[in-house]
Amino acid sequence: MARLETSQLDIHIGAARVCRQLTLQINAGERWAILGRNGAGKTTLLHTLAGLHRPDNGVVKLDGEALDTLSRRRIARQVGVLLQDHLDAFPASVMETVLIGRHPYLGALQWEGPDDYAIARAALHAVGLDGLENRNVATLSGGERRRLGIATLLTQDSAVLMLDEPTNHLDVHQQIRILDLLKTRSRAEQKTLLLVMHDLNLALRYCDRFLLLFGAGETAQGNADEVLTRPILERLYGHPMHALHGPRGPVWLPE
Amino acid sequence: MFSSKPGPMRPLLLFSGLLALALAGFAWSLASGSLEIGWRELVTALFDAESGLHARVILELRWPRAAAAFVTGALLALAGALMQVLLRNPLADPYVLGISGGAATGALLTLLFGIGGLWLHGAAFSGALLSMLIVFGLAHGRGSWTINRLLLTGIVIAAGWGAVIGFLLALSPEQNLRGMLFWLMGDLAYAGTPLTGLVVLLAGLLIALAMGRSLNILAHGELAAATLGVPVATLRRLIYVLASLLTAAAVTMAGSIGFVGLVVPHMLRLQGVRDHRLLLPAAALLGGSLLLIADTLARTLLAPRQLPVGILTALVGVPVFLLLLYRSRELHGREG
Repeated sequence: MARLETSQLDIHIGAARVCRQLTLQINAGERWAILGRNGAGKTTLLHTLAGLHRPDNGVVKLDGEALDTLSRRRIARQVGVLLQDHLDAFPASVMETVLIGRHPYLGALQWEGPDDYAIARAALHAVGLDGLENRNVATLSGGERRRLGIATLLTQDSAVLMLDEPTNHLDVHQQIRILDLLKTRSRAEQKTLLLVMHDLNLALRYCDRFLLLFGAGETAQGNADEVLTRPILERLYGHPMHALHGPRGPVWLPE
Repeated sequence: MFSSKPGPMRPLLLFSGLLALALAGFAWSLASGSLEIGWRELVTALFDAESGLHARVILELRWPRAAAAFVTGALLALAGALMQVLLRNPLADPYVLGISGGAATGALLTLLFGIGGLWLHGAAFSGALLSMLIVFGLAHGRGSWTINRLLLTGIVIAAGWGAVIGFLLALSPEQNLRGMLFWLMGDLAYAGTPLTGLVVLLAGLLIALAMGRSLNILAHGELAAATLGVPVATLRRLIYVLASLLTAAAVTMAGSIGFVGLVVPHMLRLQGVRDHRLLLPAAALLGGSLLLIADTLARTLLAPRQLPVGILTALVGVPVFLLLLYRSRELHGREG
C-alpha cells in the first residue's frame, strides 16, 4: 500500500488551476521533489497532500485512509510539514519551539517528559543548534530559524516529511548539511520526503521522484531521466536551459 | 520535569509569589475600611465565630467585596490572555470584540427604566451574550473565520455599542447619570457575592488549562498549529466562547473595568512566563490580586468617598501599558 496517494485530484486557487485529475502514488522511503514556476501551486498542492487544504475534487489517502476522515492529531503523527514562513507574535525560546513537535503524542493535561526533551535536544543537535536552547527565537538569524523549523519537524518524527523550500535562508554548507541529514533519515527509517524546491540541481542530487507543475493544471511525474529533460524543463520554467556535465551527472543552468 | 524547563522564572517560585500576593491582598483588604481592624483582631475575627462586630463587618461586608474583586480581576486577566492568543495580537483585551459594550447597553437600559438590582445583572449578561453571538455570526460571513474578519467585526460592533451607550446617556434623566457612569467605569460596590463568577472562573480555568499546550502552538500561527495536530477551527471557537463568557461574567459583576485584562498577561510575559499552562493560572492569580488591591485603594483612598475601581485600574494601567508598548519594539519585533 502506498504511504500517500491521490486519485483524480483537482485543485484550484481562485481561477487558476494547480492540477487536473492528478493521480499520485508516493511510497515509504521515496524522496519527491515538487518543481514549478512561482505561482504554479506547489505550496497549495503540498498543503492539500497534508490535509491543510481541501481539494476541489478527488481524495488524498494516507496509508489507505482518506485524509478528511482522519483527525488533525492522527495526521500529525504521520505527516509533518515545514511551512514556507513562520509567524511569532509572542516570544518563545528555542527549546519551547522545538518541543511543540511532541504535541501530537501528548495528552491534553500531559507535560513534556524527559524523553520528549531528549528527542528535542537530539533534533537541535542534528541541525547544529546545540547550546541555543534558551535563546529567544526572535533573536535568531533567518538561517537559524529555518533550521529550528527543521528540528521541530524532526521532533515530530512523522513517517512523511513535507518541506516547503527547506533551503530558504540557508547558506551553501547548511543547504547540503540539512539535505544530507534528511536523505540519511529517509534511507535509514524509510521516511518519505516531499520537497518543494527551486534549486533544480539540489532536487536532482537529493530526490529520486519528481512532480512538475506547469500551471493551468498540467503536471508530469517520473524519475530524472523521464521528466528532467531539456525540452520539459524549458517549458516548465519558460526559460532556455543548459546542461553541463558535473561530477554527479548533469548540472542545469539557466541560459 | 520542571527543573529542566528553561526560562528565567521557575514555576514554583512564581506561584508561591503570586499566592503570597493574593493572601496579602486579602488580608489588607479585610483589615482596611472605615472601621479600623488591626491584624490581631483580623485573625481573631476570621477564626473565632463569636467575635462580634468585627467579624460581622469582615464576613458580611468586606469579604464578599474582596472576593468579588478577586474573582472579577481573575476573570478579566484570564479572558485577556485568551483573547491575545485568539487574535494573535498582544494588544487585545477582553473588551476588544464588543462584549462589554453589549453588557453596558443591557445594564444602562435597566438603569434608564429604574429597575436595577437583579435585572441589571441579568440584562448585562444578556447584552454580553447577544454581543458575543452577533460577532460570532457575522465574523463567519460566507467565507472562513479569519482573525482580521473577527477583529474588525468585533471592533465595529464595539463602536456600535458605544453609539448606543452614548444615546442612552443622552436620554437619561440627570439623577440616573451618576449610577450609569459608575457602571461604565467599573465599580464593585454592587457586585454582590461572586458565587456565579467563581464557578465560571474555575470551570474556565480548567478548560483553559486543558487547552494550554494547544494555545502555545496556536501562538505560532494557525497553519503551523494545524500541521501539529491542533484542530484549529474548533479550538478558536472554544477560545472565543470561553473568553466571551469569562468577560461576560466579569462585566456583569462589576461593569467595564479596564486594563486588567490587557496588562496582566503582559506583566507575566515580561517575567518570562510564556507557557500558557503556567501563564493562564498565573494571570488569574495576578489579575485577581491586582484588582483586589486596586479596589481596596478605591474604597479607602478618599474615604468615606468611594471611587469606581475602574478609575484606579486605568490610572495605574495607562502608564504601565505605555511602558509595555514602548518596550514591545524589542519584544515583538517580528510580529506577523
